[in-house]
Amino acid sequence: MEKPLTGNFRPDKTAVSLPEYERVGGYQGLRKALTMQPAEVTELIKRSNLRGRGGAGFPTGTKWSFVPMGKDAPHPKYLVANADEMEPGTFKDRALMERDPHQLIEGMIVSAYAIEADIGYIFLRGEYEYPNQCLSKAIAEAKANGYLGRDILGSGYSLEIHLHASAGRYICGEETALLNALEGKRAHPRTKPPFPQVCGLWGKPTIVQNVETLCNVHHIVNKGPDWFRGLSLTEDGGTKLFGVSGKVKRPGLWELPMGTPLREILENHAGGMRDGLRFRGLLPGGASTDFLVEEHLDTPMDYGNVQKVGSRLGTGTMVVLDDQTCPVGMVWNLEHFFAQESCGWCTPCWSGLAWTEKLLLAMEQGHGSARDLETLMFQTKFLAPGNTFCALAPGAVEPLQSALKYFAEDFRRHIDEHRCPWR
Amino acid sequence: MLTVEEREEIEAKLSDYPNTQAVAIEAMLIIQRREGWVSDEKLRDLAEILRLSVANLDGVATFYNLIRRRPVGRHVALVCDSVSCWIMGSDRMRDHLCSRLGTPVGGTTSDGQFTLLPIVCLGACDHAPAMMIDGTLHEDLNEQKIEEILTQYT
Repeated sequence: MEKPLTGNFRPDKTAVSLPEYERVGGYQGLRKALTMQPAEVTELIKRSNLRGRGGAGFPTGTKWSFVPMGKDAPHPKYLVANADEMEPGTFKDRALMERDPHQLIEGMIVSAYAIEADIGYIFLRGEYEYPNQCLSKAIAEAKANGYLGRDILGSGYSLEIHLHASAGRYICGEETALLNALEGKRAHPRTKPPFPQVCGLWGKPTIVQNVETLCNVHHIVNKGPDWFRGLSLTEDGGTKLFGVSGKVKRPGLWELPMGTPLREILENHAGGMRDGLRFRGLLPGGASTDFLVEEHLDTPMDYGNVQKVGSRLGTGTMVVLDDQTCPVGMVWNLEHFFAQESCGWCTPCWSGLAWTEKLLLAMEQGHGSARDLETLMFQTKFLAPGNTFCALAPGAVEPLQSALKYFAEDFRRHIDEHRCPWR
Repeated sequence: MLTVEEREEIEAKLSDYPNTQAVAIEAMLIIQRREGWVSDEKLRDLAEILRLSVANLDGVATFYNLIRRRPVGRHVALVCDSVSCWIMGSDRMRDHLCSRLGTPVGGTTSDGQFTLLPIVCLGACDHAPAMMIDGTLHEDLNEQKIEEILTQYT
């Protein structure tokens, strides 16, 4: 099976060097892209069915097609790599940046070329100090070898890439909040429209893409959209980095065809549950996705199929709940995170999530009531899409609403027994 | 007063952005790298060289959890409290660290060696529980491993 994203990873986990990267076909996608018109590159990406790997799954080529092009377009235009990997349970972009940093740089240059961007930024979370070193080195090497800077490989196209170390806060992963953070402000989300593709960084056209998405781009240009679609078992193109954490035998990260069944990932790759533990459910793509349970194990893991069973593919990195871990405690942990990370901009979010967290903690400590369950149900509606300024709170209530559905009995026991049955 | 090195490093960042506001966050991280935090005095100096108000900079500083406006110990230990680590027993690791160091989360040891702070998911979920000390990731924590790690820093 082909693994375009992780195929070059070294077993010792150190970063692939530039000469090694070039030896295995590195920067060939860029060379090819530079012989094409920018619009042709976008067209290839559209035809490949590449969808955003950050969680939302928006079609990448379609996003690019909203950018104003040609000689009347406003400049500078920007391309931003969203490397603010902060979704709890997610550990995929770190691997891509640490182990094959040139892959991200090449993907960024090709993507920037497609939208005629002048400047690229890598918005990297502050805690990722080692990836920062790997990327800084790769940017310097790319520049020294003519892949970045003025007149790239004699094509007439110029691009600078700057690495921006962020200073924390989950909300920075929201693309418009990220733009405010890059501008050096408090990271509150912005009103949409206008969309960043038209009016982004400093009011100029800007594309923000997740690291894994960008890492696919030059492979598609190099080998074609049909090849890319052929990597997948289902409709959404390509491979996907899938991860599993929790009490399974072999937690880890694997590049597998998009659409690989959930059961295969859990059992063949993660080795199933640890001895003596039973599977109760999982968050399929990070903290802000609805729980899936036993009945969903045959779901092909792609955007459409996970949505059909009531959740989201999200980041594709799963968090497994076992039968000796308290589901109410787990949901409290998640809501504690979201309440803490609310940026404070809109009232439903900062107030609603703090309230939700408090109720769950009380329940976990044996002070919950039946009325509290109704309030929690109410919060899942109150914080639904359309009622809040951005997607943070609607994401926060996804695991809550599904936990209330699938683990209703566990919530009831906390209330009836006035204690956490797992303590 | 900002040191010459701090000033140079901050000025080198200016060319990455179209205005000085955009440098604010990275500039504060540059200052913090040496002293562990951003003092009122340094913030005033920074406001002057970036031609921004102190209130503006402090507003930015207080939004971001990795910018510290209070002094910290010589080493800063960030203990992950997010979901995968929680499932794998991070509460126990946190309690062990607190009793071993004799400080609650959010506090600094009496000898000024360690400050213990909570952190969200460090992206090491397949090797949970995890913590980070001064930018170095430590994975698959247990009581014995914590002992070994702490001796590296004392």
